[in-house]
Amino acid sequence: MTSPPLVIQALRQPGAMASMSLADWDLLLRQARRANLLARLHALLDERGLIEQVPPQPREHLEWSHATAERHTQAVHWEVTMIQKALAKAGTPVILLKGAAYIMANLPSARGRIFSDIDIMVPKDSLNEVEAALMLHGWAATHHDAYDQRYYRTWMHELPPMRHIKRSTVIDVHHAILPETAHVHPDPEKLRAAARALDGYEDLRVFAPVDMVLHSAAHLFHEGELEHGLRDLVDIDSLLRHFGSTPSFWPELAERAKALELARPLFYALRYTAFILHTPVPPDAMEAARAGSPNRPALALMDSLFARALMPDHPSCSDRLTGIARRMLFVRANWLRMPPLLLARHLFHKAFISPKTE
Amino acid sequence: MLYADYPLAEQGGFADFHVSLAPPRSLRRWFKPQVLFLSDGHSPFKPLPLDQAFPMLEWGLNWCVSSHANRYLIIHAAVVEKGGHAAILPAPPGSGKSTLCAALVNRGWRLLSDELALVRPGDGKIIPLPRPISLKNQSIDIIRRYEPGAIVSRKISDTIKGVVAHMKPPADSVARAAETARAAWVIFPKYLAGAAAHLEALPRSRAFMRVADNAFNYSLLGTRGFETMAGLIDASLCYDFTYSVLDEAIETFDALKPPVPSM
Repeated sequence: MTSPPLVIQALRQPGAMASMSLADWDLLLRQARRANLLARLHALLDERGLIEQVPPQPREHLEWSHATAERHTQAVHWEVTMIQKALAKAGTPVILLKGAAYIMANLPSARGRIFSDIDIMVPKDSLNEVEAALMLHGWAATHHDAYDQRYYRTWMHELPPMRHIKRSTVIDVHHAILPETAHVHPDPEKLRAAARALDGYEDLRVFAPVDMVLHSAAHLFHEGELEHGLRDLVDIDSLLRHFGSTPSFWPELAERAKALELARPLFYALRYTAFILHTPVPPDAMEAARAGSPNRPALALMDSLFARALMPDHPSCSDRLTGIARRMLFVRANWLRMPPLLLARHLFHKAFISPKTE
Repeated sequence: MLYADYPLAEQGGFADFHVSLAPPRSLRRWFKPQVLFLSDGHSPFKPLPLDQAFPMLEWGLNWCVSSHANRYLIIHAAVVEKGGHAAILPAPPGSGKSTLCAALVNRGWRLLSDELALVRPGDGKIIPLPRPISLKNQSIDIIRRYEPGAIVSRKISDTIKGVVAHMKPPADSVARAAETARAAWVIFPKYLAGAAAHLEALPRSRAFMRVADNAFNYSLLGTRGFETMAGLIDASLCYDFTYSVLDEAIETFDALKPPVPSM
């Protein structure tokens, strides 16, 4: 590939945006919008006091996305309060995951983020109480198809998403960070034991810093739909930069990856954030993570697939092979979710037996 | 024809939205042809019959603005201006707002928009978005009779809104697209057959709620939305307006007095 897409250049060096031409801004905004990173660019410029230097027309677009992101942040605060109220009596430890965790813990990764669902994790044996408590407070089940219900409850690591009747917000209740049917099993008990309390919210917890990074990495590198892969990579980059200033973080990260069977996703996470976003990963951390690398030919293949699939889903960021790369990674993700026979049965059912959604 | 007065974009410049109309990549490209509206290559709506390509473009352009421009309070209303004062005409569909708007701009009023009032928080100014005015069903013939010199596109039938056509905006309105305006009046029009033109003063609190009902992103803007709306209503005289004869309506509007600025 020739020079990296504008949005990648902007993420690597936010300061450079201040001197971009109008034509470049035109393309940058479109790439960033497609990648769901427009508000993130605003945040990066704002942190450096550079918003005023952006020409008026592109600046408008950045302000528009900022208004939306602010609204989302506010909505998440409210939603988390509602969730806490609903689950207070269930008497079970609730851990906030991903975006909701970043916002409530006031992490830099939260800035400029747009949210859809809220993800939480609870112990597997309290799933019934949690589901009941949520339903009592207005969340209703989606996915009424009996097959889908079984898919989620038996094989996956989460309940079918639940939507609130009045607010239309969606909550995903997990009991683990990867499906039961996957071939690695990061132990939820270990994650729970290390979880940290949230200021001002007694019953809610968030993952320890290394676990946040590992969860994000596991999610991204087990995920099939990579159209928003860049946004997830930006999350990981932001977490690494924030937590990485503590020297003990890096050795702990490698250790923990081994303990949670997540050495492979960690390897990819460090490799690709460094490669694509120029994240400052210390050389010994990279060395330690190498234990999770696949063999050389497999790595060469993964490099060419991810280098394409993690780009924004925009014609200006794709080449002839990007479509194939995404499809191959989609197959890989399904492969990682379930053993082959089960997968075949699942896909067959979905294709021919499940009722079609209109 | 309807866009004759607009400047052409330069190559290598900046565009707020990249839009296109394209045939779908299925059999519907040839069989009962359809058309898709694309915003930067992405299709937000289901396809429509090819005949409706132009209205689809106009609706698509409105969608682009109303879904993205969240720095402004966006009200579903027409906005016209004369003598430095703007009138906002919010109205649910079928109230005759577009007919009234089309008539006004043919009698000396400047068009800021026939669909979307963009109110800037902070100073409360209205940002113009002058484009062809969409007319429905009977309005089309009414306006053709009222102003035979107006340029109106051909009628397109069987759309979701009935029979639809678009009227070319006055060249002056397009030329002054960069000129903001301040609202002086918020007027809820209602066409009522046989009614004499009549303005009924509306208490500000009621006007507030009704305009909020017609605002796309009022709740998204939160506090800022509330403050902008309050500023707008405070600075305007608010009325319910019933009419049946266009000439009488124009007279009433021409006789409107702007609010006295409060100290």
